[in-house]
Amino acid sequence: MTATDHAAHGDHHEDHHALPLWMLVGTWGALMGLTLLTVFSAQFDLGAFDLPIAMGIATIKAMLVLLIFMHLGFDKGFHSLLIFGSLLFVFLFISFTLMDRGQYQGDITVKDSEKLLSD
Amino acid sequence: MSDHGHGDKPFLAHHFEDEDHQFDSGKLGIWAFLVTEVLFFSGLFCAYAIYRSMHPDVFQYAAQALDTKLGAINTSVLILSSLTAAWAVRNAQLGQKKALCLNLAITIACAFGFMGIKYLEYSHKIHLGIIPGNSTEQYLDGAFGEPKAEQVAFVVPQEGEGEEQHAAGGEHADDAAHAEGGGQDHAHELAPWNDPAVDGIQKQNLAIFFAIYYCMTGLHGIHVLLGIVVLVWLLSRALRGHFTPTYYGPIDFAALYWHLVDLIWIYLFPLLYLIN
Repeated sequence: MTATDHAAHGDHHEDHHALPLWMLVGTWGALMGLTLLTVFSAQFDLGAFDLPIAMGIATIKAMLVLLIFMHLGFDKGFHSLLIFGSLLFVFLFISFTLMDRGQYQGDITVKDSEKLLSD
Repeated sequence: MSDHGHGDKPFLAHHFEDEDHQFDSGKLGIWAFLVTEVLFFSGLFCAYAIYRSMHPDVFQYAAQALDTKLGAINTSVLILSSLTAAWAVRNAQLGQKKALCLNLAITIACAFGFMGIKYLEYSHKIHLGIIPGNSTEQYLDGAFGEPKAEQVAFVVPQEGEGEEQHAAGGEHADDAAHAEGGGQDHAHELAPWNDPAVDGIQKQNLAIFFAIYYCMTGLHGIHVLLGIVVLVWLLSRALRGHFTPTYYGPIDFAALYWHLVDLIWIYLFPLLYLIN
């Protein structure tokens, strides 16, 4: 709230800080660099590490967007609690569904399902 | 609103104490909305994780039909629009009207650019017969071109044993990749795409990949279109000089929505376009 024409509102409260321009442009640069990195790393067959590496880079990018572009790093903690809480539930949702599928998919055969449906 | 405003503050609704109160309420509201958005998309991400862990080979093969270059260009376009959206918030906070309008306009232009490239991708696929819900084999056959069809080998399951081998892997999305690597070691017979030994079910699974592709990118595209509507409205208000350093909530909230749309694409891009 420093360089504003509206001097009358100059004492407006603290968390309305405008982020410095270098931080915004720097974040953009980092996001572009990480995009190039993920495209580059996809050229190589890293076997089992392909997906974790791609997801790791995507998560770093997501954190940059959340913390800086979306101001979470400078915002009320409650907003972080909301969004990271939702991400926790997404993680539980997907991982439990995958666990369930891993456990029981082998037991399901076409015959079983046909039998169940005919009963 | 101005009918019920607080005198010199035309956009302060009468049920708020002051501008801070209005801003904080709006901010809480947009974050609650973004939470529902994350959960909304998570259903599709879950479908993706399940099908990929069941059929890693299908995903690997089908992803070749997607153009990585176009996907990467679209990622850059969205990231640029995120920068200009964040910049627009800064402009609004500092009362820079001209720069605010310019940054909003660039954001809108990027959104149109994104949809334009998406249109090219969709129309190319529809031309090849890959349309949502189409599991007719002969269309999918031609989609990859002859040389690619022969390069890529399919794992032919041996008497119902193949699916379980892949299934054994998945506890977490990461494990899909383990199953992918491990699946090859099991020395199932490898067959080219046009080999008659590759059964129709395998080919229908390809249609599932494209159904997931269309749902995920389609829902994301709808969000981009919605973002364009909101941003055009904000640009028209910015041009009329509605926003001041004490009243810039709408710009901030729309930018938060726009960043979330960008954030979802950040995950969609490697998940759909960058499968080895």
